[in-house]
Amino acid sequence: MKEFALMMIGAALVNNVILARFLGLCSFMGVTTRVDTAAGMGLATTFVITVSSMADWAVQTYLLNAYGLGFLRTVTFILVIASAVQFTEMTIKKVSPSLFQMLGIYLPLITTNCAVLGVALLLVEGRMGFLASTMFAFASSVGYSLVMIIFAGLRERLVLANVPRLFAGPPIAFIVAGMLAMAFMGFSGIATS
Amino acid sequence: MGFLDHFLKAPSWGVHPADHKRPAADAPLRIFPSPARVFMPLHQHVGGVARPIVLVGQKVRKGELIAEAQGNISAPIHAPLSGTIAAVGEVTAPHPSGLPFKAITIDSDGRNLWADVEPLADPFSVAPEEIARRSAQAGVVGLGGATFPSAVKFALGKRLKVETLIVNGGECEPYLSSDDRIMRDFADQVVDGARLVMHAIGAKDALVGIEDNKPEAIAAMRVAAAPYPEVKICPVPARYPMGSDKQLIQTLTGKEVPSDARAAEVGVLVHNVSTCAAVHKAIRLGQPLVERIVTLNGGAIAAPGNIYAPLGTMIGELLAFVGMKEAPSRLILGGPMMGTPLLHDRIPIVKGASGILAFNAAEAFVPEAGPCIRCGNCSKACPMGLLPLEMAARIRIGDLEGAAAFALSDCISCGCCAYVCPSHIPLVQYFSHAKGELTAAERSRLRTDATKRLAEAKAARIERENREKAEAAARRKAEREAAKAAAAQPGSAASAAVEKTEGASA
Amino acid sequence: MLMSVGSLAVMGLTLGSVLGVASRYLAVEADPIEAELQAMLPGSQCGQCGYVGCAQAAAALAKGEAAVTLCPPGGKATAEALAARLGVKVDLSKVSDKGPEIAEVTEEICIGCCRCMKVCPTDAIVGAAKQIHNVIREACTGCSSCVEVCPTEALGMMPIAVTLQHWTWPKPASAHH
Repeated sequence: MKEFALMMIGAALVNNVILARFLGLCSFMGVTTRVDTAAGMGLATTFVITVSSMADWAVQTYLLNAYGLGFLRTVTFILVIASAVQFTEMTIKKVSPSLFQMLGIYLPLITTNCAVLGVALLLVEGRMGFLASTMFAFASSVGYSLVMIIFAGLRERLVLANVPRLFAGPPIAFIVAGMLAMAFMGFSGIATS
Repeated sequence: MGFLDHFLKAPSWGVHPADHKRPAADAPLRIFPSPARVFMPLHQHVGGVARPIVLVGQKVRKGELIAEAQGNISAPIHAPLSGTIAAVGEVTAPHPSGLPFKAITIDSDGRNLWADVEPLADPFSVAPEEIARRSAQAGVVGLGGATFPSAVKFALGKRLKVETLIVNGGECEPYLSSDDRIMRDFADQVVDGARLVMHAIGAKDALVGIEDNKPEAIAAMRVAAAPYPEVKICPVPARYPMGSDKQLIQTLTGKEVPSDARAAEVGVLVHNVSTCAAVHKAIRLGQPLVERIVTLNGGAIAAPGNIYAPLGTMIGELLAFVGMKEAPSRLILGGPMMGTPLLHDRIPIVKGASGILAFNAAEAFVPEAGPCIRCGNCSKACPMGLLPLEMAARIRIGDLEGAAAFALSDCISCGCCAYVCPSHIPLVQYFSHAKGELTAAERSRLRTDATKRLAEAKAARIERENREKAEAAARRKAEREAAKAAAAQPGSAASAAVEKTEGASA
Repeated sequence: MLMSVGSLAVMGLTLGSVLGVASRYLAVEADPIEAELQAMLPGSQCGQCGYVGCAQAAAALAKGEAAVTLCPPGGKATAEALAARLGVKVDLSKVSDKGPEIAEVTEEICIGCCRCMKVCPTDAIVGAAKQIHNVIREACTGCSSCVEVCPTEALGMMPIAVTLQHWTWPKPASAHH
């Protein structure tokens, strides 16, 4: 139990997908202008990462490993992820048209969000069991959502600030992202994975 | 500061600017000689513009009705001197825009004859509604600056069963002393007016709140109110904006007026001391509101003080009367915190004009605004407990809805935030701008709704007309065919003709 | 070789059929946003946006083909509402630069032909044959449909004058740093 807790804290905070592994930076910069949009994106990505990791674990264990097809890993994983994203997109369009409108192009782009594939590949490297890998994937995506929401909150404040023209817009956003990453380095003291 | 305030029982909100009230407040009241010509604006109050009822060339006497109230919330306008109507034209409004508005010009005949007045001998024996009616007829409006028609407020107080009348003698704005002067020189009128207002709204007692920087006024009012135990004189700490009704109510009664509610809903009604004096004149003397005390103050004025002047007098004439040391760098109508900047002095004084400030260059100096440093002084000073820095930051980037979510509508534009701002950010202008834009957006939204209704009505009408036309055509066709059939059968022609006449008569 | 091709094909087929079933259950009938957008537009069908009517304009907006600033009678408020609904950012400083306008009849040259009354989407023009027509200021949306049909150019667009009631404080100059 303790290992599980440590692993989850490690996945969510210490080795944060965005700020420590630098995965999923496209959506990190793209949809963090408003907190509610970022939260919607975080939820959608959490769903995709968790579901596709479970499917990927099954594919890896029962197909790729069983028949020695390791070289097909990337292709099959992308296939699974794309299907999960399609499903998510249909669900969001049905449930919340306004969130669908706000997420725009970034919703289908979850397919190419390297955080999703990255987490799946990390799981393979880690050779974890089904429960552990699902927990790891969920914790990673929670870490992703958390950083998305924090950064969106920062950017909502940033719009109000009197930023010198040279730094206005993306430059100051990148500087703030760097500061946030440094702040997250502080978590490395509480757990190691 | 907050810690000390707790022991001193001083309010934690607001600011304490240097009041600059003396020596102008101590100078005896001067009477302005009747001007040769006055410009009486038709819109000196909140609500509908008054409608002129005089013709050019008509002779009027002082106090005669020249424009009548129009609409539920409005006030009539009376001639401030006797003479001839010279024009019904336009004059620059006492408004920051400098736009013109309608005014009646009267040439004085120099005799200053009052029209026939009908005073009420024993006002306490008449129905309260009669006091309200006469006040409305006399054009009495709130003279503290809001210029809301007083009779409307009386009716509201009567309907909501107000227990306590609060008489506002706060006069917290620096430089101004017209309310101070009216309490010193006409204390008995103020107290009598307050008792009349109590009668009009059915209040049990009256609390007269006077800032403790006006000891002479407090003393004079205590003497005048001595015979009437229901009128209590209550000195309040001098702190800006004590003269704002919500703050005065809280200080005197401990009640807080909820956001979006009126004072009457917590059982109190606030009237200014000058309004009470005007009610006294309207009832006891039958005189409508045509004159008022105006403070003339500021570094550019040679002999600052208070002047009793007819409404409609040009500000330039008043300034010439008190003498100028130098050309003023800035002219303000009202106080320095909430007053209206004026573009020039060819503007008449109106019912709500409590003072005219002519500032010299040193007083008018406005430092350049810097960036917000988030010190939070503004939110500490805000008497309404708002967050001016958050609202201004959102208005700066054009997010007016975001500012409105911080309760921008509760802002009373008192100017405390801008006064304490170390970066000299013109916060009040931000808020005035945002309030104006939000009102305009609301207006245009209502307009869009109205347009939609009209467009739908037109579509329905066109459809109905087309249907009626088609029905009429079908009927004609049927008749034609019936006639044809009747012609083919000569035997039934007579009966068909009978049917046709019956149909026509039906 | 056969194994890899086969397994991928099977996976693709399986996932494809799952998605196919899902799309049937999660189908969205009509774009609900279109009806909402149409409700925000004035509904006067004046055609100033370049579309036949407000319904067509709403459809174009929903597809993202038209800018939210397309509606001149709606002005800034409508553009803001549309932008908020569609979740897009818009530079409103360029909207209604010339300010709102309404139609006005020059009485000397109006011949009372009644053509303007017929095209007015809000019935804002009153009059009868051979009588001078007039515009009801409160009902005019400034769509200028009437100006085009007037045979004598008696109708013209006049800017609405700023009055004391409509004047608003400008934004402080220091806001533009």
